[in-house]
Amino acid sequence: MKKNSKKSHAEGHSKGLSRRGFLRGAGLTTAGTVVFTTGVQAFEAHTQPAKGTSFGPGSIGIEMKVNGRMQSLTVEPRTTLATALRDHLSLTGTKVVCDRGSCSACTVFIDGKPVNACITMALDVGDREVITIEGIARNGELHPVQEAFIEHDASQCGYCTPGMVMSCVHLLENEENPSLEDVKAATRGNLCRCGTYPHVFKATLSAAEKMK
Amino acid sequence: MNKFSWYEAKSVEDAIEQANSTVSEEIYTPTGKASIYKSGGIDVWDMVKEGLIAPQMIVNVRNIKGLDKMSFDPDSGLSIGANVTLTEIEQSPEVSEHYTALQQAVAHAATPQLRNMSTLAGNLAQRTRCWYFRSADHPCMRKGGDRCYARSQQTGQNENHAILDNGSCVSLHASSVATALLAYEASIVYLDAKGESHEVPIEDFFVSPSQDIWRENILSPGDLITEIKVPTPSSGTRSHYVKQVARESYDWSLADVAVVAKMNGNKCEKITIALGAAAPTPVRAYRAEEALINQVINKESAKLAGETAMASARPLTMNGYKVPLFLTTISQALLEIA
Repeated sequence: MKKNSKKSHAEGHSKGLSRRGFLRGAGLTTAGTVVFTTGVQAFEAHTQPAKGTSFGPGSIGIEMKVNGRMQSLTVEPRTTLATALRDHLSLTGTKVVCDRGSCSACTVFIDGKPVNACITMALDVGDREVITIEGIARNGELHPVQEAFIEHDASQCGYCTPGMVMSCVHLLENEENPSLEDVKAATRGNLCRCGTYPHVFKATLSAAEKMK
Repeated sequence: MNKFSWYEAKSVEDAIEQANSTVSEEIYTPTGKASIYKSGGIDVWDMVKEGLIAPQMIVNVRNIKGLDKMSFDPDSGLSIGANVTLTEIEQSPEVSEHYTALQQAVAHAATPQLRNMSTLAGNLAQRTRCWYFRSADHPCMRKGGDRCYARSQQTGQNENHAILDNGSCVSLHASSVATALLAYEASIVYLDAKGESHEVPIEDFFVSPSQDIWRENILSPGDLITEIKVPTPSSGTRSHYVKQVARESYDWSLADVAVVAKMNGNKCEKITIALGAAAPTPVRAYRAEEALINQVINKESAKLAGETAMASARPLTMNGYKVPLFLTTISQALLEIA
């Protein structure tokens, strides 16, 4: 897939621009560009007409909640969430490896559910919240799963690691006492060519203990 | 990926007005003006990224209200809206209670991430995973070319391919959930381009390449799946699903079997046996079913049923292993419900 070479709107990441500020800053007054407040809720407003809405194929200004902060960015309908995160918001912790949803290196949460950012379009996110690997640590402290991955040497080349961590964090957020089989099931989609699985399993079980 | 516009459909009627093509049509006769549906998007994006299709417009049906409902009623059975995700089916208490084999099939499909994204309608409408079909460099029969690369005696990489109904294209249908739905005799409800509703048995929804090489299902441009209906199993029904894969973690099926049987004492009163990854469509093993009627299911009858189901198998150069694999898997599934 062609890498998006557009100028990043990462300033929104650090300053949390208002939409008005974003519109001014990004100069989105050119014809054919619309602000796309995406998502089901927006479309369900009772004042909306019954007809749907067309966007693109050119640039569209959208807002997206990422790691607790509303971000404004300019995408095309073909921009994947992975590209939006990595190239537009400089959140490069999310890795793209297979780019087809087969390896899960690009795992992020949308409304708390792990999904593949490489085959989710940015326009698909709508009003739902995205959490990336950068949003897992809290108040400057690593998540217990991240700590345990370091302690148990659960990564080698590191490409699968962010996705692997996301899958394990999701498990522990939903299961206090996971079994080894639970950890295996949670990481079933995460491919690691280095073969770090045994350490990943140990790290996750150990993190579960610490989180009790 | 090619550039495309995105139509956010508000209703099924709205969506139908916008869509003018299907993935299959777009592969054969690229018009450069195709607008096609997308819901979970997994298969559509895969094909766009691979360059197999280049739609001008994507009609997003994922956010249409009402297509994401699932309900169970003992009289009318299970109704699964087109946009219900595989995870939602997997975690449904009603599915676990009444449709064991369906729950097992869904839980073994794809990855946790993909199950969170995949809708049931999209899962059923996805195209084959045959690697020649998926490669833009291989103009195979299914894509309008003149030959089947997988069939080639000399170079065909066909270890995953069909052993039944493989006289034409030898690809497999990609959905293993369909195997279970076939065993439950589910039906597909769809709207045609004029907005008229149709309900077809799932067996008639899938189209074998020996009938029509150009398509894998009956959907024409504008047709939109709205619901999948699964009848309530009668009391005394037992079901089981087994999927054989190369990797423990997750993989496409090499052989999967769903059995749904109504037992009378220890005898089999009615049974359906569905095979996935055996043929270009999910198929019923009718003769094996007949052989089990009024029989006790035990090692002998289960083995005979497997042999009956495999009697017409014609393996290709590299997939001979699938015959014994199906024999074992059919027996295994049957003995689970005995």
